[in-house]
Order: sequence, then C-alpha cells, then structure tokens
Amino acid sequence: MSLLREIRFTLNGVARQVSVPVTMTALAMLRDVLHLTGTKYGCGEGECGACTILVDGRSVNSCVMFAVDCDGRQVTTIEGIAADAQWQPLRESLVEHGGVQCGFCTPGMVVQASHVLSRDPHADRQAIKRGLEGNLCRCTGYKKIVDAVVAVADAGGKVAP
Amino acid sequence: MSPVTVARQSLIGRRIPKLDAPEKASGQTRYIQDIDLPGQLHAKILRSSRLHARILSIDTAKAAALPGVHCVITAADVPEQRPIGVNKDQLPLKTDRVRSYRDEIAAVAAESPEIAEAALGLIEVTYEDLPPLVDPRLSKQPGAPILHDRAADNVAMTFTYQNGDVAEGEAESDFVVEDEFSLHYVTHCCMGVSGVIAEFEPSGNLTLYSNTQVPFLHKREFAELLGIDPGRIRIIQPPIGGGFGSKLDIYPFEPICIFLAKKTGRPVKLVFSREEEFLASPTRQPVILRLRSGARKDGTLTFRTVRTLHDNGAYTSWGATTPFVMMQTFSSLYRVPHCDYFTEAVYTNNPYAGSFRGYGNLQATFAVEQHMDKLAALVGMDPLDFRLKNAQEPGEVTPQGMHFKSCGFKDCLTIAARRSDYADKRRQYEAERRQPGTVKRGIGIASMLHVGGGAKIYPSDGCGTILKLDDFAHVTLITGASEIGQGSETVLAQLVCEELGVPLDAVTVVNNDTDITPWDVGVHASRTTFIAGNSAIGAARKAREKILLAAAKVTNLAAEQLDLRQGAIVRSEDGQLLMPLAKMLRSLHFSDKAELVITSHYYEPPSQHQDKEFKGDVSAAYAWATQVVELEVDTATGIVRLDKVTAAHDVGRVLNRLGIEGQIEGGIVMGQGYALTEDLLVEEGVCRNPNFRDYKLVTAPEIPEMDISFVETQDGEGPQGAKGVGEAPAICMAAAVANAIENATGVRITSLPFTPERVYRALRAIED
Ligand code: FES
Ligand code: FES
Repeated sequence: MSLLREIRFTLNGVARQVSVPVTMTALAMLRDVLHLTGTKYGCGEGECGACTILVDGRSVNSCVMFAVDCDGRQVTTIEGIAADAQWQPLRESLVEHGGVQCGFCTPGMVVQASHVLSRDPHADRQAIKRGLEGNLCRCTGYKKIVDAVVAVADAGGKVAP
Repeated sequence: MSPVTVARQSLIGRRIPKLDAPEKASGQTRYIQDIDLPGQLHAKILRSSRLHARILSIDTAKAAALPGVHCVITAADVPEQRPIGVNKDQLPLKTDRVRSYRDEIAAVAAESPEIAEAALGLIEVTYEDLPPLVDPRLSKQPGAPILHDRAADNVAMTFTYQNGDVAEGEAESDFVVEDEFSLHYVTHCCMGVSGVIAEFEPSGNLTLYSNTQVPFLHKREFAELLGIDPGRIRIIQPPIGGGFGSKLDIYPFEPICIFLAKKTGRPVKLVFSREEEFLASPTRQPVILRLRSGARKDGTLTFRTVRTLHDNGAYTSWGATTPFVMMQTFSSLYRVPHCDYFTEAVYTNNPYAGSFRGYGNLQATFAVEQHMDKLAALVGMDPLDFRLKNAQEPGEVTPQGMHFKSCGFKDCLTIAARRSDYADKRRQYEAERRQPGTVKRGIGIASMLHVGGGAKIYPSDGCGTILKLDDFAHVTLITGASEIGQGSETVLAQLVCEELGVPLDAVTVVNNDTDITPWDVGVHASRTTFIAGNSAIGAARKAREKILLAAAKVTNLAAEQLDLRQGAIVRSEDGQLLMPLAKMLRSLHFSDKAELVITSHYYEPPSQHQDKEFKGDVSAAYAWATQVVELEVDTATGIVRLDKVTAAHDVGRVLNRLGIEGQIEGGIVMGQGYALTEDLLVEEGVCRNPNFRDYKLVTAPEIPEMDISFVETQDGEGPQGAKGVGEAPAICMAAAVANAIENATGVRITSLPFTPERVYRALRAIED
C-alpha cells in the first residue's frame, strides 16, 4: 500500500537489493522480508534491545530504524555474528556461563556484547554492564550474561579463529 | 594387556550448560513469533475503548470490505463460544457488555498484520456507558455497580482458613502489632510477547502452536470450548520467550484465534504487540492485606489474623486463587498456634490477575516478615534469633497439615545471616542512623516457605515419561513436562544420564507436542524437576534393569555385579570394561524381546488434596529460603540502591549448579523489580504505562552482588534428593528490602513499590 523504495546494502557480508515500503522498520524487513528471524521483536519502541543489529559497526535498535535507512550501509545481524568465528568465544561463553534461559533476549545480547567488545576488547565489568544496559532480560538476572562477557574480555576480547 | 577400567562419572551437582543454549545464542531458535505456516493469515483483536459499558451496536461492514481482510468476527458470529477462566465468568468475545478496557469485542483475520490492524480501525462500536467500579473497597458498598449477575455482591471468591482460636492467642500475647499492607500491580514482561497459531485440517483436527504452560489441561478446555473431542486437538509448544506463570490460564486471544482459523479455513497467527502484552495479559494479584500478629515476652508467636482484599478485576483468572499459597505462609512458615485467615476477591473494572512466579507468596511474605521484625523489636530480640525461635524444623506437621519431611529452614537462616554478617551490621547501621550525611545503609532479612514437591491442586499432580533406546545407545526422553526457559530439559537429561551412564549428548529430550508426549499437569508450582524428574528416573531405572539383565546373560555375571558407566557396561567392583553399551543395545534391538521403548509415570507424588478447610499435605516436599538484603537509602532523594543479596536456599540437592544459580539470580532480580522499580499504574481502570519506558524493569547495571548458598537436605522423595526451586528466589526480596529500609532509616513502609517518591514521602512524614 505504501510507497516502495529499492535499497542496496550489505547484509552479513552479502550484497542485497530489496524493495521495501518506506514506512517499514529495519526489524520488519529483516524478519518478514528477508526471513532472518534471529533478530527479535520485544517492544518495537527502542526500549528492550531484543532487536539489536549493527549498522556500519554501530549497535542500533532495528525496531526504531527505517528499513530504507539501511541503504548503502553494512548491516550485521545475529545470523552474521553466529557465522563469524571471531565471535565464537563470545557465544560459547554465554552458553557455558549460563547466560541463556528462555533465550529470547540472547540474540540482542550477543550482538550488543560483540559491539561492546569491538569497541573495547578489555572492557571491565562496569563498562560491560553499562554497555548492556539497553538490553532487557527477564530470566537470568543479568549476572551470568555479564560474567560471560567479562570472561571474554579478560581473555582479550576478540580471540582469533 | 591389563583390562580397561571405566570410572563412574556423575553429572549431578555439576555446572551443565543448558542443552538448547548454543542454538539460542546463535539466533536459530524459532519462537512462536518466528513461525509462519503456508497460507497463514494474521489476526488482530479489537478491544473495548470504554471501562464499563453496554455495547449497543457493532458495525463490521467497512472492515470486512477492506481488501486483504478475510474475516471479521464478533460474538454474534460465534454462538458456540463458551465461558472461560477460573470462574468461567467471561466469553472470549464479549456479547452485550464490556467490563474493562481490555475486553475483546471483535477480531479480524487478514493477509497481513497491518491490514488486520487497519481493519480494526474501521469497526464501529457504539456504547452506552455504565457506572464504573475501580476501587475494590467500594465493591460491596450498597449501590455499587454489579459486574456479574451471578455475583450480586461483586464477590468473585472467598477463602477461609482457621486453626486454633485467635482470641485465645491474643489473650496470651504480650505484644500485638497490626498493619495494613498494600501490594501493587506488576506484570510478567516475558521478553517474547504472547502469541498463538491455529490450524484446522479438513478432517476437523486442530493443531495449535501455543506457549501454554499446561498443554494437556488446555487441550481439554479448548475441546469443551469448541465442542470437539479433545483427541482432535494437538498442541505444539515452540520454544517460549518466558513464562513465569503467565500462560497457565486460557485467555481470550487463544479461542479467538481458533474461531478465526475455523471460519477462514486457513492457519491464523495472532501475536501481541508489547503494548497489548501490558494491557491484555495477566498481572500479579494486587492485594490489600491487614495483618494482626502477636507474641509473648519470651519471643513465642501466639496468633495471626489476616484479612485480605483481592482486586479481582473484571474477570477471574488464577490471581484470585493465590490465597491457596498465601495462607500457607501465614499458618506454616513459623509455628503459629492460632491463625485466622480470610480473603475476599471482589470484582472491579480493573485488569485481572493471573498466576505469577511465587503465586501470592510475595504478598504474604511481605507482610509476615515485616511483622517478624516488628515483633522482634517489641520482644527485644535480634530479628534472627526471634525467627530461629519460631522456625519450623524437620518432621513437623503444621496445623494446616503440611508435613516437613526435609526442612533446612534454620540452616538457611543461620547461613544467610552469617555470610552477610547480619547481626553485627544490623546493629551498626541502626547506630549510624543518627550520624550526619544523607546516605544511610541498611540490612534486612526475610525467609520463605513454598511448595517444592509439586502441588496437589488438580485431580492429578503426575507426569508421564517415554524412554526410547536406539541401537547406537542414543536415548530419547519423551516427557510430558514443558520447558519454559527454566532448564528442565537439561536437568531431566542429567537424571537419565545418571541412571544409564551415558554422556549428556547421547540424550535427546522431546517435550513439546501433545500428540507425542505423555500426560503432565503442566509447568507450575515449581514442580517440574521434582515430578517430571521422578518420572524420568522411573523410566531410566527400568531401562537400566533391562540392560543389566541382558548383559548379565552375556557376561555370566549377576546383574547386581554390573554397572553402566560412560557408555559402557562394566563390572561394578573394579570398573572393568566388559562391552560398549551400544553393542549390547544393538544385539538387544534385533532380538525378539527387545522392547527398548519404556514407559513410566510418577502418579502420584505422596501428597494430599486439601480438604474444604484448606488442610492437607499439599506437596510432597517443601522448599525454604532466607535472603538478606544490603542497601543504601539516600534520604535526600528517596533513592534506594541494592548492594548485595545473600541467599541461602534449601533445594534438597543441587542437580545442575549452573541452572539453579540462574533460577535464583533471575528470581532475586525479579524480586528486586517487584520491590523497587516495577509498577503497573492502573488509574481509573486504565493502564497508564504500557511500555518499557515507563514500566521499569531492572537493567544490568542495577543488579546487586549476589552470594548464593545451597542447603542440601536430600529430600527422601525428591529426584536424587532435589526439591523445586523455580519460584522461591523471587519471594523474599520485597520483605527483605522493607526490613533493610527500616534498618537504614527507622521508617517502615508497608506499600510497594519502594520508588524514590514513596520512600521520600515516608521519610518526610516521619520528620513532620
Ligand atoms: S524491539 Fe527494538 S528495542 Fe525492543
Ligand atoms: S533469557 Fe529470557 S529474557 Fe533473557
């Protein structure tokens, strides 16, 4: 119904070209148009972090970003992080530290944690807690998530594959 | 060559990562929101825009004419609908009257959620307002609007429990205290919003993709509601984005989605927005609670009189029944010879409450544990000593009939107090109150009792298991128990490994399809580890016996001389490897008496239904905990900052250390939210903050340091000695925070939550 616009961008390292309504959010495009369902809807208002993606290396709540604003950008979703050996230690750390319960917040947490660690591979506990402040989790009480990220930071952040 | 020996390896008590965590951490897990069926339509619900009104007309013509709309329904289109809920006091689609803002009036199925939403805007409803009733204290006043014809006094439910004679108890008391406590609305805030997908086959069979916590009970209820045979309903439970009790009742969106699927002949998916989740999913039960308690000079408790007013909201869900649990805390957490408990749940036009982790116990504990501190002060005892003097001990049977076969309460109290240095700090902080400076430190203690071995609420509290051994020694555990993120699948797999000596990755757990899984009463009452665990152990033991008997024949040893370790059959005495388990199973598999599918069940745990007076040993085991909170209060701003929580939990036995810590940490932080930040503001029946901006969940930087100890009482009936723990950790927090604020400031606050404004006002009120 609404006006369509064609955009080109790099999604998880692959060039994509899609037509999207100008009113569509990046979250809806990822989930409903491109069928990448790892990015979650938790609130649609930029308040929970479940929809976190990276756009040109910055973490963004995709539910409050227009899809058309992905045009010309580098977009990374949880699917991209999951396929990236660089972040395997982070994912494993979350698993091993018990940072995953229902798991609904987890993709957003992983993307956000990767962002925190990219900026500061040796981030300390306080910085990590602050970095995850925008990501809500109802199950874990955060401690094990923070522990998991701290463990990766202690090991030097990015561990080469 | 010396023989190979194999050591016994136990997974019990170890830190075992959740089996489904790798998939979740890579975003591959498909939640209900992520499932789309071919040909699927999307549904949206039109809700009332009036608090209390008669529906004069509904015109759906324009909505139905919108391109892409397949179907619009109102109550008139589904004459077959039946009342739902605990009191069966609401229809999924309301007929001629709405009683709250969330009331469902019409629903649309369309090609996309956007079209469905647009169609809702085209439905024209005319109302005639009726006088509202939003204050539960006024529900029984003469002339109050009557919400349901069946309840001319607006009383939805009452609960009465008594033991002893409170008048006698009062006469024996040297000290009596009485307070009114007021407990607010909070809501589950599962990160995954509610959703359901319904699909009918041409045969009339219905498949529901649902996040229900009670699939087998709901199968029956849906069947009644639809007038079809329960055998025709299959419930598939995709991974759930959080439960916490929110999915224990049928709520109108589910039958509505089913009606739409039936009408359209297409799969229909209905998923809430976050705003809708706030407005139209259940809350925790708000309670106004008056408690009168007494003690003798020597510190013995004498009596408790409890009167609670539950705001039932417009309809009745599980929230109204929380007295089941509340009265246990009043009657049985401590030894109280005389107890008189009464609850009245009254209808209003407000939101209605469901079950929520802790089920009334947060509210009851908030009151009881504050009175324990108050009485201790009057008696002149340290609050810890006062509690120890009145605490339950192993072997006691309370006047309400609860039998505490294992009970680590006193250990919980002493361990939490010692590890937090409670007694010294309490005195020190009290002394520091008068010193200059606006930031005051405080420490507070609270304890709880909760069911830990199931709860006999339904006709059965059982769970079935099917265990399948394949010819490569891979085990499939098919359990009735649902997984809601708490890690039940991992614990059940561990219990199976323990019996069969197979590695964890040799076990697959199937737990999400009522066409496959055996019956279970559902995930609630912290029952899954205990009940489903015992059921799984039963099946695994049968399998073990079968394998060892077969192995005995081959090895010429007695079955008793054999053991299963690390995927092998070994001689018990020295661990000598006799043969790989896979080899044994392969040969069994292709023999004529193989029967490598084993069924078992745990019907019934040794617990009792309560009688009409609510007396009876309702659980096979009971969980205990003490939590000590340390905090700072800024008296200039009213801001409370949690520093540390020291928790000691009687969990029977730790099965999965990682999982149980996760349950306790998550519960503590949920309790922190209840105490300090979360507040669903309901004003004149309207929810004012249906979003995470204004409804404040605790965030990562705000969590306290957590020191968790386990008291392992090895419950005789528990699976490997374990007891349930899911709800326990959320229960004490608000009470402990209240006591800590009192320790810091000398001011006791009896209403939640402790927002800066409330604390600030309470402090000023004392100064005035
Ligand atoms: S869904 Fe985007 S922040 Fe919540
Ligand atoms: S694990 Fe459930 S919301 Fe974080």
